[in-house]
Amino acid sequence: MAAQNAIDARRLAAQRGHARLFDGIDFSLPAGEALVVSGPNGSGKTTLLRIVAGLTAPADGELRWRDEPMRPFDTRLRDAVAFNGHMAALKDELTAEENLDAWIALDGPRASRESLAAALDAVALRTQRRLPVRVLSQGQRRRVGLARLALVRRPLWILDEPLTALDADGANMLGALLDGHLAQGGLCVAASHQALPIAPQRVRRLELGAPA
Amino acid sequence: MTAGKPSPLAGTLAVQPAAAEAVADTHASVLAAIGWAVARDFRVALRSKGELGVQLLFYVIVVSLFPLATSPSRETLATLGPGVLWTSALLASLLSLPRLFASDYHDGTLEQIALSSRPLAALVSGKMAAHWLTSGLPVALMAPLLGAQYALEGPVLATLAVSLLLGTPILSLLGAVGAALTLGARGGGTLLALLVLPLYAPVLIFGAGAVDAVRAGVSAAPHLSLLGAGLLVALVGVPFAVAAAVRIALD
Repeated sequence: MAAQNAIDARRLAAQRGHARLFDGIDFSLPAGEALVVSGPNGSGKTTLLRIVAGLTAPADGELRWRDEPMRPFDTRLRDAVAFNGHMAALKDELTAEENLDAWIALDGPRASRESLAAALDAVALRTQRRLPVRVLSQGQRRRVGLARLALVRRPLWILDEPLTALDADGANMLGALLDGHLAQGGLCVAASHQALPIAPQRVRRLELGAPA
Repeated sequence: MTAGKPSPLAGTLAVQPAAAEAVADTHASVLAAIGWAVARDFRVALRSKGELGVQLLFYVIVVSLFPLATSPSRETLATLGPGVLWTSALLASLLSLPRLFASDYHDGTLEQIALSSRPLAALVSGKMAAHWLTSGLPVALMAPLLGAQYALEGPVLATLAVSLLLGTPILSLLGAVGAALTLGARGGGTLLALLVLPLYAPVLIFGAGAVDAVRAGVSAAPHLSLLGAGLLVALVGVPFAVAAAVRIALD
């Protein structure tokens, strides 16, 4: 029997330049739950997320995925992660639909025209889907990111401040997406100052201290 | 390809495929990755035609300035021609290098590319191919027309085009290493020029050398063979170097 989808972090530490951001971070996250990381500005939330995504090497400690130690850019981790960083990763020159199409095609078979349209419809961007992303607002860009999460089938979502620039409707869409994802046994690690609109029994919390 | 593998999730859960299948799978994945990056970058480049036009116009202007600054005698111009046409191609390539990774780095695209399940070396190869198609290739095609200003004739112009067709991909490849290494560095553009121009020197020597050889009535074959060999070596080695540099830049 293959190991369950789960993250284990042991004594993770991060260094940025000469500054120690955090030290000895332990957490474990089973399938179907979300870890919400909070902490003051500069406490290393984004860095922790990047470590879990496999983008950055921890200064110390170990990250385990499915009970195996992971190094940055490990193929097994790359197959599992959907990363929504604070940069939207959208090309201004392309339309919302083309951007979405490209992201889905990057990770697997191309999505059909209908499913792209449906995903953009679900985040209330149907009328804007043929517009270049350049003319979209910050919140609308975020919504394209949500549409991507809905389409890409990855067990581990990593969301950096997912509520930024989203209005109340957008936040509800995010909540619904996350609930569905967790209910299907997905995992999520999110950095957020605000409470995520999801069922509290699925949420674990991690509070990072102020930087030394 | 193994039959129907709809989701990456299913891929990780599946039992290990047989070795031969794994190899076929890798090939398909590499080709798909290259195709993805070429198509995407090409499309983005075509949407920002202004940028492409500026680069080509830069080439035309630089090449056209030399006859104005030197004596207009056919003899002088024909001597200068190959060197000027090639040096300007180097500068035009340099001008377009920041486009290769910098915008992807700043808008977060590069992170997504590095995190995708497809091989990063293949994805950056596709980006470099698209870069060449939109920068090196137009320059190589334009050069014989501009060569007419330098009183160069038929076979010389043909050699110029061939040498640029072989040489400009090397410029895109070597330039990509520099562009990836200087990602996130302050004053990246200037640093990039200092880093990359010396690496371009051998390409310039053999490229302009090929054209000069034909002008002198000797065969250009040795120069062109060396350029071809250089291209092959760069094609094999550079994608892995660039992939490593991109990962370092993202850390």
